[in-house]
Amino acid sequence: MVDAPAPGTAPALELSRVVKSFGAVVALRSGTIALESGSIHALVGENGAGKSTLVKIIAGLYQRDSGEFLLRGESVDFRSTAESKAAGIAVIYQEPTLFPDLSVTENIFMGRQPTNRFGRIDRKAMKTEAQGLFRRLGVNIDPDRPAEGLSIADQQIIEIAKAISLDASVLVMDEPTAALSGVEVDRLFAVARSLRDEGRALLFISHRFDEVFDLCDTITVMRDGQYISTDPVADSTVDEIVRRMVGRDVTELFPKQEAVIGDTVLEVRGLNSAGVFHDISFDLHAGEILGLAGLVGAGRSEVARAVFGVDPYQSGTVRINGRKVPPNSPTAAMNLGMALVPEDRRKQGLVLESSVARNTTMAIRRTLAKAGILTSGEENASARVWASRLEVKTNALDTEAGTLSGGNQQKVVLAKWLATNPTVLIIDEPTRGIDVGTKSEVHRLLSELAGQGMAILMISSELPEVLGMADRVLVMREGRITADIPREDATAESVMFAATQAANPGDIAATHAPEEHVA
Amino acid sequence: MTTATMNPPTPAQASTPARVYKDYGQPLWRRVLLTREMAIIGLLVVVTVVSFFTVKGFSQPVTLGYLLLDVMPILLIALPMTLVIITGEIDLSVASVVGLSSVTLGILNQAGVDVGIGIVVCILVGAVAGAINGFLITVVGLPSLAVTIGTLALYRGLAVGLLGTTAVTDWPKFWTDLAKAKIGGTTIPVVVILFVVLAIVFAVLLHFTPFGRGIYSIGLSAEAASFSGVHVNRTKFILFMLTGTVSAIAGIYYTLRFGSARGDNATGLELQVIAAVLLGGVSIFGGRGALHGVIAGVLLIGVLSSALRLVNVTSDVINIITGVLLVLSVVAASFLAWLRSKRVGPGGRKHGGSSAAKA
Repeated sequence: MVDAPAPGTAPALELSRVVKSFGAVVALRSGTIALESGSIHALVGENGAGKSTLVKIIAGLYQRDSGEFLLRGESVDFRSTAESKAAGIAVIYQEPTLFPDLSVTENIFMGRQPTNRFGRIDRKAMKTEAQGLFRRLGVNIDPDRPAEGLSIADQQIIEIAKAISLDASVLVMDEPTAALSGVEVDRLFAVARSLRDEGRALLFISHRFDEVFDLCDTITVMRDGQYISTDPVADSTVDEIVRRMVGRDVTELFPKQEAVIGDTVLEVRGLNSAGVFHDISFDLHAGEILGLAGLVGAGRSEVARAVFGVDPYQSGTVRINGRKVPPNSPTAAMNLGMALVPEDRRKQGLVLESSVARNTTMAIRRTLAKAGILTSGEENASARVWASRLEVKTNALDTEAGTLSGGNQQKVVLAKWLATNPTVLIIDEPTRGIDVGTKSEVHRLLSELAGQGMAILMISSELPEVLGMADRVLVMREGRITADIPREDATAESVMFAATQAANPGDIAATHAPEEHVA
Repeated sequence: MTTATMNPPTPAQASTPARVYKDYGQPLWRRVLLTREMAIIGLLVVVTVVSFFTVKGFSQPVTLGYLLLDVMPILLIALPMTLVIITGEIDLSVASVVGLSSVTLGILNQAGVDVGIGIVVCILVGAVAGAINGFLITVVGLPSLAVTIGTLALYRGLAVGLLGTTAVTDWPKFWTDLAKAKIGGTTIPVVVILFVVLAIVFAVLLHFTPFGRGIYSIGLSAEAASFSGVHVNRTKFILFMLTGTVSAIAGIYYTLRFGSARGDNATGLELQVIAAVLLGGVSIFGGRGALHGVIAGVLLIGVLSSALRLVNVTSDVINIITGVLLVLSVVAASFLAWLRSKRVGPGGRKHGGSSAAKA
C-alpha cells in the first residue's frame, strides 16, 4: 500500500528545470513540476507547450538532457519504461494499447502472471485478483472477455487496474477524457478521487477546463516548453489560466500582406465522417488565408485529408470553382487544382529515401512526361527551377530528401505542390519543427501566394502563426467547427476559448457566437 | 522586418547569391560503377570469362543456346516480379500459374483446339489468376505473402487436378520446333526475341514512366505515395495481373520446349525467380532495384549452373552454391550499409551535412 502523505516530506515526484531537445529543436526548455501524494495535479498548456515531452520523460520513454528528476526525494534516471514502472510510475495514455486478442485478466497481468507450484500460470488466482481490482475501482468489467471491442473508457480502467496491481504510487493520465462520454468521465473521476484518497499522486493532463477545475487540486501551466506557474485550483480562474497559456508577443514575427479577397474557390458543405468530424461547412476565397485552429485531436487534419480525398467521408460535398470534387481521390482533387501539404512531412509529405528531384516532381510526374515517357533530365530541369525558387539548400538534386534539415524538407514539399500550380493550397502545420529563419521564409511565401490570388487553408497549432497570418480563423473542437472569427476579432483568448469551450464564455461573446457556422 | 525583403516573385533575399544545383552529387563513373547492379554484372562477366577458358565445352556456341533455353522461364517471370518486389509485395504463385497455363494448353491441344488459340486462352487464364491475387491483396487488403502462398497451392492443385498424373506429349511439330528454333545461323533461340521485347517494355515502364515512379514511391513509402496522387492499389493490381500474364507465357514456352504439358511443370520455380531478383540488387523491402541488375542476376545463376554442370558438379551442390551466393549478396548489401553508417556517424558527415545545410 502507498504511504499516507505526511506533511513536510519530499514530493512523490519532482522535476525541476528539465531540458530535452531533439537535434536543433528544443522540446522542453525548463520542465518543472512537483506531484504531492494524495493530490491531483493538473498540467495545462497549448499544443507544443512541452506537456507530452514531460510525460514521456516521467514514463522513461525519453531521457532528459539536464535538470533534476526526483522520485520521493531521490534522484532517478529512467532509461526505459520498464524502469519507471518498476519505480511505481504508471502512465495512462489517451488511447490505451492493450493486446486485443487476450482477455482482460491476461492484459492486466501481462508479463508477470502468477504461477502455481509447477510453474504453470495460475489462471484462477489471476482472475480472482482482477475481480478484486475491479471491485475496488467500483466498475463492472468481465475479466474473461477479450480486450477487443472494449470501449476506450473500459480500456483505460484496465490500464488503471494494472497500475494499481503494480502498486503504482504515481499515476499520470495524458488526456484520458478526450475520447470519453459524460458518464464515462464521471466514472473515471470517481476512480481518480478514490486513488487520491488512497494517498497516490496523480497527474492529469487535459484541455478541458471544466474537468480540471472539477477534479484537480493544483494546476501547473506550461508554455513553449517552459514552466510558467503552479497554483491551487481554488485560487485560479479560467481567464487567468488561458492568459498564461497563450500570453506572448504575437504581432512581430508574421508579415501579412494585404491581399484582395476574391470569389469563393473552395466550398465545403456538410462534411461528415463518423467519429472523426461532423457537419463541416466552410468557404475559402481566392487570395484568402483561412486559418484552421484547434487543439490536437480536434479533427483539423482529418478534415484536410478528407477534403483532399486521401481519407473517405460519409456525406457532404466539396467543390472547387463550382465543380464537385469526387470523394476519396487525391488525383481528382489535384486535377481540379487542389494541393495538400500534409501534417507529417517525413511520412506523408516526402519519400525520404528518394531524391530531391524525384520528390519535387512527384505530383507533376504525369504532366512532365512526354508521350508517356519520363526521363531524369526532365525531372531535374523542373526540380532545378523549383528548388531555386524556394531556395532549397542542397548541392545536388539527387540528394536524398531525408538528409535535408526539417526546413529544407518542408521547402521540397512546398515546391512539389506549388509545381502543380494549385488554386487551392491546404497546408497542415506549415512550420512545425523547422528553424526560425525558414519559418519566416515560409510565412512570407504563403503571404505572397495569397497576394497572387491563391486560396490557402492553413492548419496550425501555433496560435501566433494563425493570428499573424490568417484573414479569418475557423476553430474546431472535438470534430466540429465552433467559431468563425474575422481577423480583426481574432485574439489568442477568443481562439483558445472556442478551442477548449471554456466554462466562462464571457470573452467569446465579444467576438462571435461560438456555435455559429459559416453561412 | 522590412517590406523590401518581401517583394515577389521570389522569396530570395537580395543578398543571397543564386544557388547552383548540380544534377548529381557524385561523378558519373561513381554513380554507374559503384552500384549493386554493376557488381552483379561484373561478377557475371568474370564468371563467364573464367568458365569460357577453364571449363571444357563451355566455349561451344551450343552451350549458350541451351543456357538461354534453360533460364528463359526465370528471365521472363523475373521481369514483372522485379516490379512487384519493388512495391514491397511478393508473388509466390508464379510457378503454379506456369503449371496451370501448361495444363490448360495441354487439355486444349488434346481436345483438338489449335495451339495458337490455346496460347491466347492460356494468357487469359494467367491474367485472371493474377487478377485474383491482385483482388485479394488490394481490394480485400490481405498481405501478398499469405495470399500468394494460398494461390500457390490453389493454382497448382487446379493444374494437377485437371490433368491428373498424365502428361500431354503429342504436339504439332510447328509449335515445338518454334520453341527451340534458333535465330538464323546462330545458336541463339528465337524466344530470346520475345524476352528482349518484354524486357524493353518492362524497363521503360519501370524506369521511364510516371507509373514506374509510382512503383518506387509505393515501395519506399506507400503513405507518401498516396498523398501524392499515386493510385497505390491500382498500381499493385496491375502488377499482379502482369505477373500472372507473363507467368502464363512462361508456361506456354515451358510446355512447348519440352513438348510436355504436366500439372507439376516448373514446381519450385518461384524460389529461383525470387532468388535471382534479389541477387540482382532488388530490395526485398521494396523501393530499390533496377531491371539490368535482375537480368544479370538471372544470367549469373544460369552461367554458374551451366558451367558447374559441365564439370560434373551435381545439382545439389549447384543449389548450395547459388544459395551461398544469394546469402552473401544480401549480407554484403547490409554490411556495406552498416559500414557506411559507421563511417558517416562519428565523423559527422551526415550530421555535419545537415547542420551545414541549415547555415
